[in-house]
Amino acid sequence: MKDAGFIFGSYIVTLGAILMFAVATLRRARDSSQSVDEKDKTWL
Amino acid sequence: MKSDPSARVSKGKVVTAVFLKDIQIELRSRVVTNQVLPFAGLVMVMFAFALDNDDVLQRVAGGLVWLATLFSLFIIVQRSFAIDTADGALDSLRVAGIDLSAVFFGKAIALAIKLIALEIVLICSAVLLYRVDVSATGLVLLVTCVFCATSGLAFVGTLYGGLTAGAKGRETLLPLLLLPVVAPVLIAATRATEAAFGSGGAQTSEGWAWIGLLAVFAAVFGVGGSLAFGSLIDE
Amino acid sequence: MSQVLQRTSPTGTRATKVIGALAILVMAWVVVSGLILSPQDVVQGESVRIMYVHVPSAWIAYLAFIFTAVASASWLISKKHSMGFDRFAGASAEVGVMFMAITLITGSLWGRLTWGEFWQWDPRLTTTAFLFVTYVGYLAVRRLEGSVEQRARRSAVVAMLAVLEIPLVHFSVVLWRSLHQGATVLNPNGDVKMDDLMLFTLFSGVVGFTLVFVWLVLHRQRTMLLVDVANRRGLDAAIAARQSEGSVN
Repeated sequence: MKDAGFIFGSYIVTLGAILMFAVATLRRARDSSQSVDEKDKTWL
Repeated sequence: MKSDPSARVSKGKVVTAVFLKDIQIELRSRVVTNQVLPFAGLVMVMFAFALDNDDVLQRVAGGLVWLATLFSLFIIVQRSFAIDTADGALDSLRVAGIDLSAVFFGKAIALAIKLIALEIVLICSAVLLYRVDVSATGLVLLVTCVFCATSGLAFVGTLYGGLTAGAKGRETLLPLLLLPVVAPVLIAATRATEAAFGSGGAQTSEGWAWIGLLAVFAAVFGVGGSLAFGSLIDE
Repeated sequence: MSQVLQRTSPTGTRATKVIGALAILVMAWVVVSGLILSPQDVVQGESVRIMYVHVPSAWIAYLAFIFTAVASASWLISKKHSMGFDRFAGASAEVGVMFMAITLITGSLWGRLTWGEFWQWDPRLTTTAFLFVTYVGYLAVRRLEGSVEQRARRSAVVAMLAVLEIPLVHFSVVLWRSLHQGATVLNPNGDVKMDDLMLFTLFSGVVGFTLVFVWLVLHRQRTMLLVDVANRRGLDAAIAARQSEGSVN
Protein backbone atom coordinates (compact mmCIF):
# COMPACT_ATOMS: atom_id res chain seq x y z
CA MET A 1 0.00 0.00 0.00
CA LYS A 2 1.33 3.39 -0.94
CA ASP A 3 1.87 5.81 1.94
CA ALA A 4 1.23 2.93 4.32
CA GLY A 5 3.24 4.63 7.04
CA PHE A 6 0.95 7.64 7.33
CA ILE A 7 -2.21 5.61 7.02
CA PHE A 8 -1.27 3.02 9.62
CA GLY A 9 0.21 5.80 11.72
CA SER A 10 -3.15 7.57 11.81
CA TYR A 11 -4.96 4.45 12.96
CA ILE A 12 -2.33 3.69 15.57
CA VAL A 13 -2.42 7.24 16.93
CA THR A 14 -6.21 7.14 17.12
CA LEU A 15 -6.63 3.73 18.71
CA GLY A 16 -3.55 4.14 20.86
CA ALA A 17 -4.74 7.41 22.34
CA ILE A 18 -8.18 5.97 23.09
CA LEU A 19 -6.64 2.91 24.72
CA MET A 20 -4.23 4.91 26.84
CA PHE A 21 -6.99 7.22 28.03
CA ALA A 22 -9.18 4.23 28.91
CA VAL A 23 -6.44 2.45 30.82
CA ALA A 24 -5.41 5.60 32.68
CA THR A 25 -9.01 6.29 33.70
CA LEU A 26 -9.66 2.75 34.89
CA ARG A 27 -6.41 2.73 36.83
CA ARG A 28 -7.24 6.06 38.50
CA ALA A 29 -10.64 4.68 39.40
CA ARG A 30 -9.15 1.62 40.99
CA ASP A 31 -6.72 3.66 43.08
CA SER A 32 -9.30 6.14 44.32
CA SER A 33 -11.98 3.57 44.92
CA GLN A 34 -10.09 2.08 47.83
CA SER A 35 -10.74 5.02 50.10
CA VAL A 36 -14.38 5.39 49.09
CA ASP A 37 -17.40 3.59 50.56
CA GLU A 38 -19.88 1.70 48.44
CA LYS A 39 -22.63 4.15 49.34
CA ASP A 40 -20.82 7.04 47.64
CA LYS A 41 -20.71 5.19 44.35
CA THR A 42 -23.98 6.54 43.10
CA TRP A 43 -23.99 4.57 39.89
CA LEU A 44 -24.20 1.15 41.54
CA MET B 1 -30.98 42.37 56.56
CA LYS B 2 -33.11 44.90 54.73
CA SER B 3 -31.41 46.77 51.96
CA ASP B 4 -32.03 50.46 52.36
CA PRO B 5 -32.39 51.98 48.87
CA SER B 6 -30.88 55.26 49.94
CA ALA B 7 -27.86 53.45 51.37
CA ARG B 8 -27.19 51.45 48.20
CA VAL B 9 -24.42 53.03 46.19
CA SER B 10 -25.34 53.95 42.64
CA LYS B 11 -23.76 51.96 39.87
CA GLY B 12 -22.20 55.02 38.31
CA LYS B 13 -20.53 55.94 41.58
CA VAL B 14 -19.06 52.46 41.90
CA VAL B 15 -17.70 52.54 38.37
CA THR B 16 -16.10 55.93 38.98
CA ALA B 17 -14.71 54.95 42.36
CA VAL B 18 -13.11 51.73 41.08
CA PHE B 19 -11.78 53.49 38.00
CA LEU B 20 -10.23 56.30 40.02
CA LYS B 21 -8.70 53.87 42.49
CA ASP B 22 -6.99 51.90 39.73
CA ILE B 23 -5.72 55.06 38.03
CA GLN B 24 -4.41 56.46 41.32
CA ILE B 25 -2.55 53.24 42.02
CA GLU B 26 -0.96 53.49 38.60
CA LEU B 27 -0.06 57.13 39.08
CA ARG B 28 1.60 56.31 42.36
CA SER B 29 3.45 53.19 41.28
CA ARG B 30 4.01 54.22 37.66
CA VAL B 31 4.37 50.62 36.56
CA VAL B 32 2.93 51.27 33.12
CA THR B 33 4.93 54.39 32.42
CA ASN B 34 8.19 53.17 33.90
CA GLN B 35 8.15 49.51 33.00
CA VAL B 36 5.55 48.52 30.43
CA LEU B 37 6.05 51.37 27.96
CA PRO B 38 9.83 50.89 27.83
CA PHE B 39 9.24 47.17 27.43
CA ALA B 40 6.88 47.77 24.53
CA GLY B 41 9.30 50.17 22.90
CA LEU B 42 12.05 47.59 23.24
CA VAL B 43 9.85 44.96 21.65
CA MET B 44 9.42 47.22 18.62
CA VAL B 45 13.19 47.56 18.35
CA MET B 46 13.64 43.79 18.73
CA PHE B 47 11.24 43.25 15.85
CA ALA B 48 13.50 45.43 13.70
CA PHE B 49 16.53 43.34 14.68
CA ALA B 50 14.75 40.11 13.94
CA LEU B 51 13.10 41.09 10.67
CA ASP B 52 16.05 43.09 9.37
CA ASN B 53 14.38 44.51 6.26
CA ASP B 54 12.96 48.03 5.92
CA ASP B 55 10.35 47.09 3.35
CA VAL B 56 9.14 44.12 5.36
CA LEU B 57 8.97 46.21 8.52
CA GLN B 58 6.95 48.90 6.81
CA ARG B 59 4.61 46.28 5.42
CA VAL B 60 4.02 44.46 8.70
CA ALA B 61 4.12 47.49 10.98
CA GLY B 62 0.41 47.21 11.77
CA GLY B 63 0.76 43.66 12.97
CA LEU B 64 3.82 44.44 15.06
CA VAL B 65 2.04 47.25 16.89
CA TRP B 66 -0.78 44.96 17.95
CA LEU B 67 1.52 42.04 18.78
CA ALA B 68 3.51 44.27 21.09
CA THR B 69 0.22 45.47 22.60
CA LEU B 70 -0.87 41.92 23.33
CA PHE B 71 2.44 40.95 24.91
CA SER B 72 2.25 43.96 27.18
CA LEU B 73 -1.42 43.33 27.92
CA PHE B 74 -0.66 40.36 30.16
CA ILE B 75 1.68 42.36 32.36
CA ILE B 76 -0.78 45.22 32.72
CA VAL B 77 -3.71 42.94 33.51
CA GLN B 78 -1.86 40.93 36.11
CA ARG B 79 -0.64 44.11 37.73
CA SER B 80 -4.17 45.47 37.75
CA PHE B 81 -5.40 42.53 39.81
CA ALA B 82 -2.33 41.80 41.89
CA ILE B 83 -2.99 44.69 44.25
CA ASP B 84 -6.66 43.82 44.65
CA THR B 85 -6.01 40.25 45.64
CA ALA B 86 -3.07 41.10 47.88
CA ASP B 87 -5.33 43.29 50.01
CA GLY B 88 -8.35 41.09 49.75
CA ALA B 89 -10.05 44.10 48.20
CA LEU B 90 -12.14 42.04 45.79
CA ASP B 91 -13.47 39.92 48.63
CA SER B 92 -14.50 42.95 50.65
CA LEU B 93 -16.31 44.36 47.65
CA ARG B 94 -18.26 41.16 47.25
CA VAL B 95 -19.17 41.00 50.92
CA ALA B 96 -20.30 44.62 50.89
CA GLY B 97 -22.92 43.76 48.30
CA ILE B 98 -21.54 46.08 45.66
CA ASP B 99 -22.77 45.50 42.12
CA LEU B 100 -19.89 43.53 40.65
CA SER B 101 -20.67 44.43 37.05
CA ALA B 102 -19.98 48.03 38.04
CA VAL B 103 -16.61 46.94 39.42
CA PHE B 104 -16.03 45.19 36.10
CA PHE B 105 -16.64 48.36 34.11
CA GLY B 106 -14.60 50.50 36.48
CA LYS B 107 -11.59 48.22 36.16
CA ALA B 108 -12.08 47.81 32.41
CA ILE B 109 -12.09 51.56 31.82
CA ALA B 110 -8.92 51.99 33.88
CA LEU B 111 -7.31 49.17 31.92
CA ALA B 112 -8.42 50.79 28.66
CA ILE B 113 -6.76 54.08 29.58
CA LYS B 114 -3.48 52.29 30.25
CA LEU B 115 -3.78 50.37 26.97
CA ILE B 116 -4.47 53.51 24.96
CA ALA B 117 -1.36 55.14 26.41
CA LEU B 118 0.56 52.04 25.39
CA GLU B 119 -0.87 51.98 21.88
CA ILE B 120 -0.12 55.63 21.26
CA VAL B 121 3.51 54.98 22.13
CA LEU B 122 3.60 51.92 19.89
CA ILE B 123 2.03 53.68 16.92
CA CYS B 124 4.45 56.56 17.29
CA SER B 125 7.30 54.02 17.42
CA ALA B 126 6.04 52.47 14.22
CA VAL B 127 5.90 55.86 12.50
CA LEU B 128 9.42 56.67 13.67
CA LEU B 129 11.18 53.31 13.46
CA TYR B 130 9.38 51.62 10.59
CA ARG B 131 8.71 54.77 8.57
CA VAL B 132 4.99 54.39 8.08
CA ASP B 133 2.86 57.34 6.99
CA VAL B 134 -0.62 58.15 8.16
CA SER B 135 -2.94 60.28 6.03
CA ALA B 136 -5.78 62.39 7.44
CA THR B 137 -8.45 59.80 6.61
CA GLY B 138 -6.07 57.14 7.85
CA LEU B 139 -5.83 58.94 11.16
CA VAL B 140 -9.60 58.86 11.65
CA LEU B 141 -9.58 55.14 10.94
CA LEU B 142 -6.64 54.65 13.27
CA VAL B 143 -8.25 56.47 16.18
CA THR B 144 -11.48 54.53 15.74
CA CYS B 145 -9.51 51.30 15.54
CA VAL B 146 -7.62 52.07 18.73
CA PHE B 147 -10.83 52.92 20.54
CA CYS B 148 -12.75 49.82 19.45
CA ALA B 149 -9.89 47.35 19.79
CA THR B 150 -8.96 48.71 23.20
CA SER B 151 -12.52 48.34 24.47
CA GLY B 152 -12.52 44.69 23.50
CA LEU B 153 -9.10 44.04 25.00
CA ALA B 154 -10.01 45.85 28.20
CA PHE B 155 -13.21 43.84 28.70
CA VAL B 156 -11.52 40.53 27.99
CA GLY B 157 -8.45 41.40 30.03
CA THR B 158 -10.52 42.41 33.07
CA LEU B 159 -12.60 39.26 32.79
CA TYR B 160 -9.79 36.74 32.55
CA GLY B 161 -7.63 38.76 34.90
CA GLY B 162 -10.37 38.40 37.49
CA LEU B 163 -10.61 34.69 36.77
CA THR B 164 -6.93 34.01 37.36
CA ALA B 165 -6.51 36.60 40.12
CA GLY B 166 -4.67 35.21 43.09
CA ALA B 167 -4.23 31.81 41.51
CA LYS B 168 -0.90 30.07 41.54
CA GLY B 169 0.61 29.82 38.09
CA ARG B 170 -1.49 32.70 36.81
CA GLU B 171 1.50 34.21 35.00
CA THR B 172 1.42 31.38 32.49
CA LEU B 173 -2.29 30.64 32.68
CA LEU B 174 -3.42 34.15 31.76
CA PRO B 175 -1.66 34.26 28.37
CA LEU B 176 -2.86 30.74 27.57
CA LEU B 177 -6.46 31.74 28.22
CA LEU B 178 -6.27 35.21 26.76
CA LEU B 179 -4.46 34.73 23.45
CA PRO B 180 -7.05 32.51 21.75
CA VAL B 181 -9.78 34.88 22.84
CA VAL B 182 -8.08 38.02 21.53
CA ALA B 183 -7.16 36.49 18.17
CA PRO B 184 -10.12 38.20 16.45
CA VAL B 185 -8.93 41.54 17.82
CA LEU B 186 -5.42 40.90 16.53
CA ILE B 187 -6.70 39.99 13.08
CA ALA B 188 -9.17 42.87 12.79
CA ALA B 189 -7.05 45.59 14.43
CA THR B 190 -4.03 44.67 12.31
CA ARG B 191 -6.00 44.80 9.07
CA ALA B 192 -7.57 48.13 10.01
CA THR B 193 -4.22 49.57 11.06
CA GLU B 194 -2.62 48.38 7.84
CA ALA B 195 -5.39 50.12 5.94
CA ALA B 196 -4.71 53.31 7.90
CA PHE B 197 -0.98 53.02 7.20
CA GLY B 198 -1.58 52.15 3.57
CA SER B 199 0.61 49.05 3.94
CA GLY B 200 0.71 46.79 0.94
CA GLY B 201 -1.50 49.18 -1.00
CA ALA B 202 -4.43 48.79 1.38
CA GLN B 203 -7.10 51.47 1.05
CA THR B 204 -8.43 53.26 4.09
CA SER B 205 -11.94 52.27 3.09
CA GLU B 206 -11.08 48.59 3.50
CA GLY B 207 -10.37 49.12 7.16
CA TRP B 208 -13.90 50.02 8.17
CA ALA B 209 -15.27 46.51 7.78
CA TRP B 210 -12.75 45.36 10.34
CA ILE B 211 -13.83 48.11 12.71
CA GLY B 212 -17.25 46.50 12.60
CA LEU B 213 -15.78 43.21 13.80
CA LEU B 214 -13.94 45.02 16.60
CA ALA B 215 -17.16 46.71 17.67
CA VAL B 216 -19.04 43.39 17.75
CA PHE B 217 -16.25 41.82 19.78
CA ALA B 218 -16.29 44.68 22.28
CA ALA B 219 -20.08 44.50 22.59
CA VAL B 220 -20.12 40.74 23.10
CA PHE B 221 -17.48 40.79 25.80
CA GLY B 222 -18.75 43.97 27.38
CA VAL B 223 -22.11 42.35 28.01
CA GLY B 224 -20.87 38.81 28.56
CA GLY B 225 -18.00 40.00 30.69
CA SER B 226 -20.11 42.04 33.06
CA LEU B 227 -22.41 39.07 33.62
CA ALA B 228 -19.58 36.60 34.06
CA PHE B 229 -17.41 38.80 36.27
CA GLY B 230 -19.96 38.81 39.05
CA SER B 231 -20.20 35.04 38.81
CA LEU B 232 -16.46 34.60 39.05
CA ILE B 233 -15.81 36.73 42.10
CA ASP B 234 -19.00 35.58 43.74
CA GLU B 235 -17.69 32.58 45.55
CA MET C 1 -17.90 -12.92 40.39
CA SER C 2 -19.38 -9.44 40.55
CA GLN C 3 -17.07 -8.60 43.44
CA VAL C 4 -14.05 -9.53 41.35
CA LEU C 5 -15.35 -7.29 38.57
CA GLN C 6 -15.94 -4.52 41.07
CA ARG C 7 -12.34 -4.66 42.18
CA THR C 8 -11.02 -4.52 38.65
CA SER C 9 -13.45 -1.88 37.45
CA PRO C 10 -15.05 0.06 40.27
CA THR C 11 -16.66 2.49 37.87
CA GLY C 12 -18.20 -0.15 35.68
CA THR C 13 -21.88 -1.02 35.47
CA ARG C 14 -23.94 -3.27 33.21
CA ALA C 15 -24.58 -0.33 30.95
CA THR C 16 -20.92 0.52 30.47
CA LYS C 17 -20.03 -3.09 29.85
CA VAL C 18 -22.62 -3.27 27.09
CA ILE C 19 -21.54 0.02 25.59
CA GLY C 20 -17.90 -1.02 25.83
CA ALA C 21 -18.51 -4.33 24.10
CA LEU C 22 -20.47 -2.65 21.32
CA ALA C 23 -17.79 0.00 20.95
CA ILE C 24 -15.08 -2.62 20.51
CA LEU C 25 -17.12 -4.51 17.93
CA VAL C 26 -17.94 -1.46 15.87
CA MET C 27 -14.42 -0.09 16.03
CA ALA C 28 -13.01 -3.44 14.96
CA TRP C 29 -15.32 -3.37 11.94
CA VAL C 30 -14.25 0.19 11.13
CA VAL C 31 -10.58 -0.77 11.23
CA VAL C 32 -11.06 -3.83 9.07
CA SER C 33 -13.28 -2.05 6.59
CA GLY C 34 -11.30 1.14 6.63
CA LEU C 35 -7.93 -0.42 6.07
CA ILE C 36 -8.77 -3.47 3.99
CA LEU C 37 -12.29 -3.92 2.70
CA SER C 38 -13.21 -0.47 1.49
CA PRO C 39 -11.98 0.58 -1.92
CA GLN C 40 -9.43 3.28 -2.54
CA ASP C 41 -10.60 6.61 -3.84
CA VAL C 42 -10.57 7.53 -7.50
CA VAL C 43 -8.67 10.75 -6.86
CA GLN C 44 -6.84 10.23 -3.58
CA GLY C 45 -5.98 6.58 -3.74
CA GLU C 46 -5.22 4.83 -0.49
CA SER C 47 -4.81 7.99 1.56
CA VAL C 48 -8.59 8.32 1.76
CA ARG C 49 -8.45 5.60 4.44
CA ILE C 50 -7.37 8.20 6.96
CA MET C 51 -10.79 9.78 6.52
CA TYR C 52 -12.38 6.93 8.47
CA VAL C 53 -10.56 7.93 11.66
CA HIS C 54 -10.18 11.65 11.02
CA VAL C 55 -13.76 12.65 10.28
CA PRO C 56 -15.36 10.77 13.19
CA SER C 57 -12.71 12.20 15.53
CA ALA C 58 -13.57 15.70 14.42
CA TRP C 59 -17.25 14.98 14.85
CA ILE C 60 -16.74 13.68 18.40
CA ALA C 61 -14.44 16.56 19.30
CA TYR C 62 -17.15 19.07 18.40
CA LEU C 63 -19.79 16.97 20.13
CA ALA C 64 -17.68 16.95 23.29
CA PHE C 65 -17.31 20.71 23.14
CA ILE C 66 -21.06 21.18 22.87
CA PHE C 67 -21.65 18.68 25.66
CA THR C 68 -19.22 20.51 27.94
CA ALA C 69 -20.96 23.79 27.19
CA VAL C 70 -24.41 22.34 27.89
CA ALA C 71 -23.25 20.66 31.11
CA SER C 72 -21.60 23.89 32.23
CA ALA C 73 -24.73 25.89 31.50
CA SER C 74 -26.77 23.31 33.41
CA TRP C 75 -24.49 23.68 36.40
CA LEU C 76 -24.79 27.46 36.33
CA ILE C 77 -28.56 27.40 35.96
CA SER C 78 -29.38 24.59 38.42
CA LYS C 79 -30.30 25.95 41.83
CA LYS C 80 -28.55 23.17 43.71
CA HIS C 81 -25.44 23.49 41.54
CA SER C 82 -25.39 19.75 41.27
CA MET C 83 -21.78 18.62 40.98
CA GLY C 84 -22.66 15.88 38.51
CA PHE C 85 -23.02 18.53 35.81
CA ASP C 86 -19.58 19.89 36.57
CA ARG C 87 -18.02 16.45 36.44
CA PHE C 88 -19.67 15.69 33.12
CA ALA C 89 -18.40 18.99 31.77
CA GLY C 90 -14.87 18.19 32.90
CA ALA C 91 -14.91 14.59 31.71
CA SER C 92 -16.28 15.57 28.33
CA ALA C 93 -13.62 18.26 27.99
CA GLU C 94 -10.81 15.80 28.69
CA VAL C 95 -12.12 13.30 26.17
CA GLY C 96 -12.73 16.17 23.76
CA VAL C 97 -9.15 17.42 24.00
CA MET C 98 -7.90 13.94 23.20
CA PHE C 99 -10.14 13.62 20.14
CA MET C 100 -9.22 17.10 19.04
CA ALA C 101 -5.54 16.16 19.18
CA ILE C 102 -6.32 13.03 17.17
CA THR C 103 -8.23 15.16 14.66
CA LEU C 104 -5.39 17.60 14.23
CA ILE C 105 -2.73 14.88 13.93
CA THR C 106 -4.64 12.67 11.50
CA GLY C 107 -5.77 15.71 9.54
CA SER C 108 -2.18 16.82 9.30
CA LEU C 109 -1.06 13.44 8.02
CA TRP C 110 -3.92 13.30 5.54
CA GLY C 111 -3.13 16.80 4.36
CA ARG C 112 0.48 15.85 3.83
CA LEU C 113 -0.63 13.08 1.53
CA THR C 114 -3.28 15.01 -0.36
CA TRP C 115 -2.08 18.61 -0.39
CA GLY C 116 1.60 17.94 0.12
CA GLU C 117 1.61 20.10 3.27
CA PHE C 118 1.09 19.33 6.93
CA TRP C 119 -0.90 22.50 7.52
CA GLN C 120 -3.19 24.97 5.73
CA TRP C 121 -4.52 28.26 7.05
CA ASP C 122 -7.99 27.16 6.14
CA PRO C 123 -10.71 28.56 8.45
CA ARG C 124 -12.01 25.21 9.64
CA LEU C 125 -8.55 23.89 10.48
CA THR C 126 -7.53 27.09 12.18
CA THR C 127 -10.70 27.21 14.25
CA THR C 128 -10.17 23.58 15.25
CA ALA C 129 -6.68 24.42 16.43
CA PHE C 130 -8.08 27.31 18.44
CA LEU C 131 -10.75 25.09 19.92
CA PHE C 132 -7.99 22.73 21.02
CA VAL C 133 -5.98 25.45 22.73
CA THR C 134 -9.13 26.84 24.36
CA TYR C 135 -9.91 23.40 25.77
CA VAL C 136 -6.39 23.03 27.09
CA GLY C 137 -6.88 26.34 28.86
CA TYR C 138 -10.21 25.13 30.24
CA LEU C 139 -8.54 22.03 31.69
CA ALA C 140 -5.79 24.18 33.20
CA VAL C 141 -8.44 26.32 34.91
CA ARG C 142 -9.99 23.17 36.36
CA ARG C 143 -6.68 22.33 37.96
CA LEU C 144 -6.41 25.64 39.80
CA GLU C 145 -6.41 25.50 43.57
CA GLY C 146 -9.68 25.84 45.32
CA SER C 147 -12.77 24.04 46.45
CA VAL C 148 -14.80 21.81 44.20
CA GLU C 149 -17.44 24.52 43.92
CA GLN C 150 -14.84 27.10 42.88
CA ARG C 151 -13.57 24.71 40.24
CA ALA C 152 -17.07 24.21 38.93
CA ARG C 153 -17.85 27.92 38.82
CA ARG C 154 -14.60 29.00 37.17
CA SER C 155 -14.66 26.32 34.52
CA ALA C 156 -18.37 26.81 33.81
CA VAL C 157 -17.73 30.50 33.11
CA VAL C 158 -14.72 29.69 30.91
CA ALA C 159 -16.81 27.16 28.98
CA MET C 160 -19.59 29.69 28.40
CA LEU C 161 -17.09 32.30 27.26
CA ALA C 162 -15.60 29.75 24.90
CA VAL C 163 -19.03 29.35 23.30
CA LEU C 164 -18.97 33.10 22.62
CA GLU C 165 -15.37 33.20 21.57
CA ILE C 166 -15.15 30.33 19.09
CA PRO C 167 -17.70 31.70 16.58
CA LEU C 168 -15.96 35.09 16.74
CA VAL C 169 -12.59 33.46 16.07
CA HIS C 170 -14.02 31.41 13.22
CA PHE C 171 -15.68 34.42 11.63
CA SER C 172 -12.49 36.49 11.88
CA VAL C 173 -10.44 33.74 10.28
CA VAL C 174 -12.97 33.30 7.46
CA LEU C 175 -12.81 37.05 6.76
CA TRP C 176 -9.04 36.96 7.02
CA ARG C 177 -8.57 34.10 4.60
CA SER C 178 -11.02 35.58 2.15
CA LEU C 179 -8.48 38.36 1.60
CA HIS C 180 -6.06 35.87 0.12
CA GLN C 181 -7.82 35.43 -3.18
CA GLY C 182 -5.62 32.74 -4.56
CA ALA C 183 -5.89 30.26 -1.71
CA THR C 184 -8.47 27.61 -2.40
CA VAL C 185 -10.14 26.09 0.60
CA LEU C 186 -8.64 22.67 0.33
CA ASN C 187 -10.71 20.09 2.09
CA PRO C 188 -9.42 16.55 1.97
CA ASN C 189 -12.86 15.06 2.15
CA GLY C 190 -14.34 17.58 -0.24
CA ASP C 191 -13.43 15.81 -3.42
CA VAL C 192 -13.98 12.23 -2.33
CA LYS C 193 -16.58 10.35 -4.31
CA MET C 194 -18.04 7.89 -1.88
CA ASP C 195 -19.46 4.56 -2.83
CA ASP C 196 -21.78 2.60 -0.58
CA LEU C 197 -19.16 0.73 1.40
CA MET C 198 -17.17 3.91 2.00
CA LEU C 199 -20.27 5.69 3.23
CA PHE C 200 -21.18 2.81 5.48
CA THR C 201 -17.69 2.62 6.91
CA LEU C 202 -17.73 6.31 7.61
CA PHE C 203 -21.12 6.04 9.25
CA SER C 204 -19.89 3.11 11.35
CA GLY C 205 -16.94 5.21 12.35
CA VAL C 206 -19.21 7.93 13.65
CA VAL C 207 -21.29 5.37 15.57
CA GLY C 208 -18.22 3.62 16.93
CA PHE C 209 -16.50 6.80 18.04
CA THR C 210 -19.70 8.01 19.69
CA LEU C 211 -19.89 4.78 21.68
CA VAL C 212 -16.25 5.21 22.68
CA PHE C 213 -17.00 8.78 23.72
CA VAL C 214 -19.92 7.76 25.90
CA TRP C 215 -17.95 4.95 27.52
CA LEU C 216 -14.96 7.16 28.24
CA VAL C 217 -17.03 10.05 29.61
CA LEU C 218 -19.07 7.79 31.91
CA HIS C 219 -15.97 6.16 33.35
CA ARG C 220 -14.06 9.43 33.61
CA GLN C 221 -16.98 11.18 35.26
CA ARG C 222 -17.34 8.43 37.86
CA THR C 223 -13.62 8.43 38.46
CA MET C 224 -13.77 12.16 39.10
CA LEU C 225 -16.44 11.53 41.71
CA LEU C 226 -14.21 8.94 43.37
CA VAL C 227 -11.26 11.33 43.36
CA ASP C 228 -13.38 14.16 44.77
CA VAL C 229 -14.81 12.00 47.55
CA ALA C 230 -11.40 10.55 48.38
CA ASN C 231 -9.93 14.06 48.55
CA ARG C 232 -12.72 15.25 50.79
CA ARG C 233 -12.18 12.25 53.03
CA GLY C 234 -8.53 13.05 53.24
CA LEU C 235 -9.31 16.64 54.09
CA ASP C 236 -11.88 15.68 56.73
CA ALA C 237 -9.44 13.23 58.29
CA ALA C 238 -6.69 15.84 58.38
CA ILE C 239 -9.02 18.34 60.03
CA ALA C 240 -10.18 15.75 62.58
CA ALA C 241 -6.60 14.81 63.38
CA ARG C 242 -5.74 18.46 63.90
CA GLN C 243 -8.69 18.97 66.17
CA SER C 244 -7.88 15.97 68.30
CA GLU C 245 -4.32 17.25 68.63
CA GLY C 246 -5.70 20.51 69.94
CA SER C 247 -7.96 18.82 72.50
CA VAL C 248 -5.09 16.72 73.85
CA ASN C 249 -3.10 19.90 74.47
